[in-house]
Amino acid sequence: MDIVQVESLRKTYGDLHAVKDISFNVRKGECFGLLGPNGAGKTTTIRMLYGYTPRDAGKLTLFGLDIDDDIREIKRRIGICQQEDSLDPDLSVLENLVGYARYFSISKQRSVQRAAELLEFFALQSRASDKIAILSGGLKRRLMLARALVNDPELLILDEPTTGLDPQSRQLLWEKLAALKRRGLSILLTTHYMEEAERLCDRLVIVDHGEILVEGKPSNLVRERVGHSVLEIAEPDQKVRDFLAAETCRVEDLGNRLLVYLDDGDQLFLKLTREVRTEGCTLRPAGLEDLFLKLTGRELRE
Amino acid sequence: MIWPRPAQISRRTLRVWQRNFTVYSRTWKISFLPPLLEPLLYILAFGVGLAVMVGELQYGGRVLSYTVFIAPALVSVAIMYNAFFETTYNSFVRMYWQKTYDALLATPLNLEEIILGEMLWAATKSLIAATLMSIVISLCGLFEFPGALMLIPLALLGGLLFAALGMICTALVPGIEMFNLPIFLGVTPMFLFSGTFFPLQNLPGWAQAVAQLLPLTHLVALVRGCSLHFWSGTLWLSLLYLLMATAVLLPLAIALMVRRIVK
Repeated sequence: MDIVQVESLRKTYGDLHAVKDISFNVRKGECFGLLGPNGAGKTTTIRMLYGYTPRDAGKLTLFGLDIDDDIREIKRRIGICQQEDSLDPDLSVLENLVGYARYFSISKQRSVQRAAELLEFFALQSRASDKIAILSGGLKRRLMLARALVNDPELLILDEPTTGLDPQSRQLLWEKLAALKRRGLSILLTTHYMEEAERLCDRLVIVDHGEILVEGKPSNLVRERVGHSVLEIAEPDQKVRDFLAAETCRVEDLGNRLLVYLDDGDQLFLKLTREVRTEGCTLRPAGLEDLFLKLTGRELRE
Repeated sequence: MIWPRPAQISRRTLRVWQRNFTVYSRTWKISFLPPLLEPLLYILAFGVGLAVMVGELQYGGRVLSYTVFIAPALVSVAIMYNAFFETTYNSFVRMYWQKTYDALLATPLNLEEIILGEMLWAATKSLIAATLMSIVISLCGLFEFPGALMLIPLALLGGLLFAALGMICTALVPGIEMFNLPIFLGVTPMFLFSGTFFPLQNLPGWAQAVAQLLPLTHLVALVRGCSLHFWSGTLWLSLLYLLMATAVLLPLAIALMVRRIVK
């Protein structure tokens, strides 16, 4: 069953087409990823999903409800973790959770109980009475995520949940998100971290310039679009180039680095290292990052 | 610009009010000090210092001491300041830096309710300040009862009006430092020329006419009329002015904030 249906969603700011007729579905119980470089239209898409940004065209259905008719009911059933810190600095950690529950018309007793559960789940119990200002970036993120879960949502929407976090915090958040998914929570997340998407997403789309470039399971997409493995050659000389020119393979030339995409086996790698040279040659499995860069290009965005 | 519709407003609006009340009540001991001390300072400065030079004045067919004359004006100014500064500086900080509205928009609340809740809270601050000041002033024996009890609804009405004016400024200013402009051009002249510290009749005719356009003039007239028992038919006109201005500015403030925030 589809918990989110997005059909031909469009948003234009003057001459900028932020989102151009995007369509995708999120199934119940899955983690769906919206991947793309900065400025691709991820956040705009997410914001239209909960009515923060009005859309110019398209149809949005969440839980089978049309967003134009039942926006309040939809918002009551989703948890949103925005990209920017929007914790209430005038309140303590615990008050941020209990106070937020009030906006969902959750009883005091229930919200206190829920807040205690969430503080424990995110290992924040010892910080319950702390002010927001003294929390580190990682703690703030955990609290933002806890706050998004205060209404026991059926769908969790995360906008770049781990941007700017240290590896420890990021690992912890990933673990928690995986645990939430196992409990049956549906998740829609935006990210530009490929490791995050590979680890969490059952299905994903890669968007750029407001358009969907590909859609599918991460492992399938990589295999179909990139191959099984990638041979990287640092500081290639003419001998290496000549060798590759004689072989049938896809080569990407980055000047001081060559990337060779291999569909199967490591014959080419063995042949190269045996006959030409070994140093600077690495064979690694193809990943989502290869696909991402292939689709969205290597030039800087901002 | 999209005008708010009554159907957009639910009881959840009070949750926004409650959020601000929770934060305020935490520091109530400090928040209560200015309205309690301010009238005492003014009464001391004007009643002891200035009144010696001014003495008594003729107002509404009665002879009043200068201190009695300005006491209602002090409450009126406090109503203006409390609401206006809440929906300018404080609301701007919550909107722009604290991202409080963003957080609330991810809940079943809508923007119209958030802005209305903010203005209701600002009016509540006016009410709290006016009540505390009136208690002090009454203890000094400067107010007449039961007329002074009318200050409760007047503080709410005036509070809503100035909250709406403040929110309109918040919807229009590019940055927080720009609030100096409406304060310098609007609030300060009102503070001085709304029949606060001298009767409007002292002004030249054209200036009196301009003063009649200022909302504080009508709030001062009503507060003074009620708290000193100067009853006259023109008070109804002042009440009508405040009611009509509030009825227009409150939805306008919401519409302008929606225009600012929704992109």
